[in-house]
Amino acid sequence: MKLILEKLFQSNSKKNKLKFSIIVTLKKDVLDPQGKVVQNTLVNLGMDDLKSIRQGKHFEIDLNESDEDIAIKKIDEMCKKLLVNLIIEDYKINKIK
Amino acid sequence: MKSSVIVFPGSNCDRDIAVALEKMQFKNTMVWHKETKLPKSDLIVIPGGFSYGDYLRSGAIAGKSLIINEVIKAANSGCLILGICNGFQILTETGLLKGTLLRNKNLKFINKDVHIKVINNNSKFSKKYNENQILKINIAHNEGNYFTDPEHLIKLQDENLIVFKYCDEDGNINEKSNPNGSINNIAGILNSKKNILGMMPHPERMVDEIISNKDGVNLFSSLLN
Repeated sequence: MKLILEKLFQSNSKKNKLKFSIIVTLKKDVLDPQGKVVQNTLVNLGMDDLKSIRQGKHFEIDLNESDEDIAIKKIDEMCKKLLVNLIIEDYKINKIK
Repeated sequence: MKSSVIVFPGSNCDRDIAVALEKMQFKNTMVWHKETKLPKSDLIVIPGGFSYGDYLRSGAIAGKSLIINEVIKAANSGCLILGICNGFQILTETGLLKGTLLRNKNLKFINKDVHIKVINNNSKFSKKYNENQILKINIAHNEGNYFTDPEHLIKLQDENLIVFKYCDEDGNINEKSNPNGSINNIAGILNSKKNILGMMPHPERMVDEIISNKDGVNLFSSLLN
């Protein structure tokens, strides 16, 4: 019985995965021609209140990790190693669940 | 002189550069990106194309491939590295060259012959050209808009690391003669040690009078000496 409970606990803790979203945007000073074109088009469509648009990327990542601090460190490493070009891009990590 | 051309899925100028190198009497080897050893080379070329379909960012995935570790080792030990077009983008993604290549300012893929000026002819890649010589060379890219931070830009100028700049046919370097929005009209740069050149124009397309011109020939003959 104990063994069954232990296994059940293990499988539950495995299910306790963390999910994050990462938003990558061009830095403030970097020209964003795509954002500019989207902005101009929306203005042409009558959206006069539009002040500015910056276009970016969105990643959703599921991790096999239940410790939030470790998970965030891993996600941060992924951003720095591949997902983000730190010369021109900023990023924000958000926990989804 | 031995050369290696690295081939990624999506490279499409690899055979053009191989033809140009062989025409200039280089003994060339094609190296698939999954290789973990490089043949003994005096020159490594990272060719143009759309490695990995430009997924994530141009050159980002190729910049983390297996063979790139060997390219970085070779670069650090002084081997000559030439990155053309997507090869330039890959070199910036590896960190071997600083800065990055943004989307063209006009958001269009540009494929045309443009003029570039030889700013620095005191490098292993450009010594057969004259200073301020104007070349007509093809460009074909969507992300050729070179960008770097102000400190690095000053360094590029102070250490004479800018080899080529976009100009018009009379040699005027200004916004009008800048096809892609590149900072200070930069078309090609060196690293500090001057053994790595990254450039957006395609010299390998300009080695035969019949199909274009021979303005690219001196880049390869510079390397031979």
